Amino acid sequence: MSVENFTKLGASAIASSVRAGQVSPADMIRASFQRAGEIGAGRDELNIVLYADEKASIKEADEMQARVNSAVDLGVLAGVPVAIKDNIASLGLPTTCASRILEGYVSPFEATAVTRLRANGALVVAKTNMDEFAMGSSTENSAYGPTRNPYDVRCVAGGSSGGSAAAVAAGITPIALGSETGGSVRQPAAFCGVVGVKPTYGRVSRYGLVAFASSLDQIGVIGRSVDDAALGLEAIAGFDKMDSTSSDADVPIYRLAALGKPAPEARDPDTEAIRIGRSPVPLPPPPSSTTLAGVVIGKPKEYFPDSLDASIKALCERALDGFRSMGATIRDISLPRTPLAIPVYYILAPAEASSNLARFDGVRYGLRVDPGKGLKAMYEATRSAGFGREVTRRILLGTYVLSAGYYDAYYKKAQAVRTLIADDFRSVFASGVNAIFTPTTPTPAFPVGAISDPYEMYLNDIFTVTANLAGVPAISVPIGRMKRLPVGGQIITAHFDEYTMFRVAYALEASLGSGAHE
Amino acid sequence: MAVTREDVLHIAELARLGVDAARADELTKELSAILAHMEVLSQVDTTSVPLTAGIGSGGTPLRPDVRVSPLMTGTLESFAPSMRDGFFIVPRLATHEDSSESGA
Repeated sequence: MSVENFTKLGASAIASSVRAGQVSPADMIRASFQRAGEIGAGRDELNIVLYADEKASIKEADEMQARVNSAVDLGVLAGVPVAIKDNIASLGLPTTCASRILEGYVSPFEATAVTRLRANGALVVAKTNMDEFAMGSSTENSAYGPTRNPYDVRCVAGGSSGGSAAAVAAGITPIALGSETGGSVRQPAAFCGVVGVKPTYGRVSRYGLVAFASSLDQIGVIGRSVDDAALGLEAIAGFDKMDSTSSDADVPIYRLAALGKPAPEARDPDTEAIRIGRSPVPLPPPPSSTTLAGVVIGKPKEYFPDSLDASIKALCERALDGFRSMGATIRDISLPRTPLAIPVYYILAPAEASSNLARFDGVRYGLRVDPGKGLKAMYEATRSAGFGREVTRRILLGTYVLSAGYYDAYYKKAQAVRTLIADDFRSVFASGVNAIFTPTTPTPAFPVGAISDPYEMYLNDIFTVTANLAGVPAISVPIGRMKRLPVGGQIITAHFDEYTMFRVAYALEASLGSGAHE
Repeated sequence: MAVTREDVLHIAELARLGVDAARADELTKELSAILAHMEVLSQVDTTSVPLTAGIGSGGTPLRPDVRVSPLMTGTLESFAPSMRDGFFIVPRLATHEDSSESGA
């Protein structure tokens, strides 16, 4: 392995080389920072990275180097640089949710997902830009300005995890953590031509993720490839006593899904050796007519409306043809409540946000603006100065739908319709469909400043938000280009069946080859 | 259901957000436009449909009622705007709201 190839290397290749002593962890850190400098990841250029500390990262890498020749397992992510969205608590670097109200805040504890990445040998190099408090679909709502798309700097990187997606797309890190409430990992991944996975609700601990809408929030993984995303998710998934909503369901070795077979027993000794990096993952066979044998893939008509751009439709059809050629059966299906998802989401998420963000009051964290007129005036002055326009809008919207006289008409109604949306997915999976395939977004990345109407921006989530409402896992994989800009295809599976999701994703990536980026 | 300017000012007070006159007018239009898109939900029959408050949770599990130390590497003073003797300092409350004094 050569450091010169850093921007194209997968996390597995980096970790193998570090464990074998072929490259040092510090080499990888330097390569990451060098790439960030070359591409212009700082605030005045692409605005991908909000906070980084090269000296501290190299010191951490040097400490790892001391363990390379010992018997200690360095982990499956040994020496792999990772970037973390700025709403996920990390020790050493600020956690500000790209908001003025948390400016300068350094968390005194760390998110379980970050701790688990470190425990597997990963090295945190950056906190990435995002829409303030994860409210947005373009990263234009950051208090620190928009992140630019590495494929076309005139365009947005998507959001709200735009900085994390752009960091991976620009070759700064092979893996980054993002967070999802309505599509905030998958949508920017699609816009930036990388892979983005939202796990089942409960699969990954949310301890240390700054709460936006707790019944929807999930930490997700962005990777250069399906393998990077699978490896990253394996590392962070599983029960955590610090998050009462986390599940104790076994976590399969997602990388074995590349072999095109059903999941092996999770606690098998051979599988465990692969999990900790003692044994390599067997080399997957090239895609063939049996790769997806027996797999039924649903094509929901609501995600392929007549109004869908013809180029996106054609790229999806090419992907579906690929599935057929690998032995899958494509079945036309319906998820009839899909058109209700955006209204439901934009009632429930702001309602939960209005409650969760009440904690930012100038008393315990970050900013305090005190006009000297008592406690209430301090609350108002702090929150008005600290929150941006979209966050303010959503807090007010949430407060309105929860207020007396409107609670039943909006909030309770939305909770009931959410049940119907989840029922749509339950029915489809109960009918024998193993995975659902859709476009990730209705358009590719749009120019910075092109969308000013709030509801028009909300419609960007139209194909992603249903998976959040139903709590099912979903992944976005690059399926081609439209006028040079990347387009993503989405694979959705049943609760806790990330293995099948990865199996289909690996097959899609292998069947498209370089066509995924053409 | 159109939102009125009075509604905006009322919910802004509930949410402890100061909203000036110009922004109140903008928000009245914006929130009304957004909520107009929500009206479609009123046409859905949800009689006897259970509410979904969360996914996959069987209720909040309880842990032993034992005091544990917070898992913090730093102190509250490292990030709180104002502290003294282990307490958060806030401006004066209630009957002193109009006082020009602040601080304890």
